Amino acid sequence: MNKSELIEALAQEVNIPLREASPVTNTILETMINALAAGDSIEIRGFGSFVVKEYESYVGRNPKSGISIEVPPKRLPFFKVGKELKERVNDGA
Amino acid sequence: MKNSNLTRKDLAKAIHEKLGFSKQSSSELVDRVFDSLKDHLLREESIKLVQFGTFNIRQKNSRVGRNPRTGDTMEICRRSMVSFKPSKGLRGKLNC
Repeated sequence: MNKSELIEALAQEVNIPLREASPVTNTILETMINALAAGDSIEIRGFGSFVVKEYESYVGRNPKSGISIEVPPKRLPFFKVGKELKERVNDGA
Repeated sequence: MKNSNLTRKDLAKAIHEKLGFSKQSSSELVDRVFDSLKDHLLREESIKLVQFGTFNIRQKNSRVGRNPRTGDTMEICRRSMVSFKPSKGLRGKLNC
């Protein structure tokens, strides 16, 4: 599924036109992106949570050529699946 | 300063303020979006959201693990898990 399919699904379920469902979906995603960009975490009950982890710079290696390089400090978002979803995904396995 | 935690409530507030839906409809819309994401993951479909990232269902094979406290070996069953890979755009936004 991609974003336009998500928008279509939302429009059908709550019976609103696509031109309304589209900004709703985009607002949700933008708000989440801005929160992560500010270093905030996100917690959606029943779905999961996102946290931003900070990494110091370190000396890494290009695995192909073996040349060491300095990796600059970085921030990465991590997703932790919620308990309910985690269990339900597993039931299907 | 302590960073804050964004919840469904904040997302509903953003929709209410930005798009003018009532508070009740806004929170229903937020719930529907996450329900829909959840349903797709439960059907083992991956979800690719441009600018945000990709959710995937990964199958983990069973393996022999250890209880880190007691050191006992035990079999960890085959299981599915949800993985998330942030998009390049999102990673870029976190690091500028």
